[in-house]
Amino acid sequence: MRPSNRTDGLISSIKMKNKVALLYLGTALLALLLGMVFGILSGLQYVFPDFIKAILPFNSLRPFHVTSVIAWIILCAIGGIYYYLSISDVPRLYSDRLSKIHYFLFLVIGIMIYYSYYTGNFGGKEYLEFPPYLILPILFGWLLFGFNYYKTMVGKVKNWPVYYWMWGTGILFMTYHLSEAYLWLHPDIKNNFIKSLAIQWKAGGSFVGSWNMLVYGTAIYVMAKIKGDDSIGRNPKAFFFYFLGLTNLMFGWAHHIYIVPTAPWVRYVAYGISMTEWIILFHMIYEWKKSLPEETKIKNLLPYKFLVMADVWVFLNLILALLFSIPAVNFFTHGTHITVAHSMGTTIGINTTILLASVLFIVNQIQSDFNLSSAKKGFRIFNVSLLLFWLSLLVAGVKRSHWMYFSKGTPFSEMQSQSHWVYIAFLLFGTGIFIGLLFITLPVLKTITTTCNAKGLNEIEK
Amino acid sequence: MIQRKTQVYIGCMAALVSVFGLYNFAIYTNDDSSYEVRLSPAALKGQELWQQNNCFSCHQLYGLGGYLGPDLTNVFSAENKGPEYIKAFLNSGVKTMPKFHFSEAEKEALVTFLKEVDQSGYYPNYNATIKSNGWVDIEYKDEK
Repeated sequence: MRPSNRTDGLISSIKMKNKVALLYLGTALLALLLGMVFGILSGLQYVFPDFIKAILPFNSLRPFHVTSVIAWIILCAIGGIYYYLSISDVPRLYSDRLSKIHYFLFLVIGIMIYYSYYTGNFGGKEYLEFPPYLILPILFGWLLFGFNYYKTMVGKVKNWPVYYWMWGTGILFMTYHLSEAYLWLHPDIKNNFIKSLAIQWKAGGSFVGSWNMLVYGTAIYVMAKIKGDDSIGRNPKAFFFYFLGLTNLMFGWAHHIYIVPTAPWVRYVAYGISMTEWIILFHMIYEWKKSLPEETKIKNLLPYKFLVMADVWVFLNLILALLFSIPAVNFFTHGTHITVAHSMGTTIGINTTILLASVLFIVNQIQSDFNLSSAKKGFRIFNVSLLLFWLSLLVAGVKRSHWMYFSKGTPFSEMQSQSHWVYIAFLLFGTGIFIGLLFITLPVLKTITTTCNAKGLNEIEK
Repeated sequence: MIQRKTQVYIGCMAALVSVFGLYNFAIYTNDDSSYEVRLSPAALKGQELWQQNNCFSCHQLYGLGGYLGPDLTNVFSAENKGPEYIKAFLNSGVKTMPKFHFSEAEKEALVTFLKEVDQSGYYPNYNATIKSNGWVDIEYKDEK
């Protein structure tokens, strides 16, 4: 039975018997805001070293910040996928119950991870700092997601468009690389410092590539739906870039460790593979020029604007990534804030922008009269602040690189003091990003909360 | 009915995953002794403390980690630094550094870990050779 129309502006003409997708999106948005708060607190500690040091020292704040932002990306991507599979007849999500178990499992693990950071109970490696045993329920959650996804798709949908491939491989590779990230627990790897470091960064680089598969798949899905043209996800060119991206996910991670004394062949492979990304860059320039008149037709759609902005960030970060994938450039940029600029550009500029496009697209579906004025204002503040933030990180990186290679003998503390004004700049611009995100996310959160609280959507379908 | 294009994509995926499997096997089992440093039990204890206290949120090894504190790859052998310098910092709580309460044995373990990391290579790698094709030949420890 289809849900009846509601009178308060919420559209229930879409089939929504499973609201867990909205819970995912709401929790993801909260994680994003929390991640931003932790980021600002970290920035304050950069500027005022004693700031709340006794309550939340930097070794707790950083994992709080990083984990929250990763949680935002992953939960929002998963929530989007569940949503898109829940509203269509084909494919139709195999099990709503499994998706609920998956959500509550991740929620409990998230709370446990926060608690471990608050109590200073670490034990993992960078980006997965929580006690290692917590990876087991996380992996179980990914297996549930994978099982549900493949049961939904295999045998029921033929000739998948590229975004289904991307989601499918994203889930598999995420599970694989998260497991790989714990190979250091094996005694033979644990006591081999260089090999352990190399595998840690192999896994880390590749699980970022895996969530990129989920996020970029979402971008193509939303773009295809906005344009009403599914050929975007079906043409051979889309598949060519998908396989190129997958090749980079598998083999292109080693630019993170060019400077680590591993076997040279590992770095040769990464150098060669990374350079294939020039093809993506040239293609983007070519496509932009070609599609400009067409884009003006739908330029007023806010989710579309977010996707176009994500393209701009892809362009900027691809140039940066390509440059430091050249070992001679990487030699000077490695270990500096230029690397941070790249990760901020990709996680905020690309991933967050795409995911916000997806969330706004969904919110527009569940509430057709959703007021976009606040989101439009936030969009401007967010992008201007992010650009300035990104540039200030590049400046901090150049200063650090100069200190490392051209001012030998200057103490670290002196270099930090000289960079103080840059840290103030990135604190201010980081706060700007947070304000921009508040404008975008608060109305969205309100709509999601209203929809989740609205009885009926859930019950009518039963 | 599965289209021919989809069959080609499945074939591409199978080929790519096969190469990936071989590549991973090579990475995991690579036992070239020239690039290996086996940590002693004391250093392993130090590495455990390093992780338990999340030292890499501020410090780097080989430029990997947080940027609030200095890179410690070669702090053990650096001029005017070394074991006593490291120990003096550990419980100091200076600037943003948390006030740790390491025992003497724990301090010793951390110093041993940093000593053995130091033996694994150089960072920054000042004697690396930058080639005209963009490649960098890094200097390995004990290769002179």
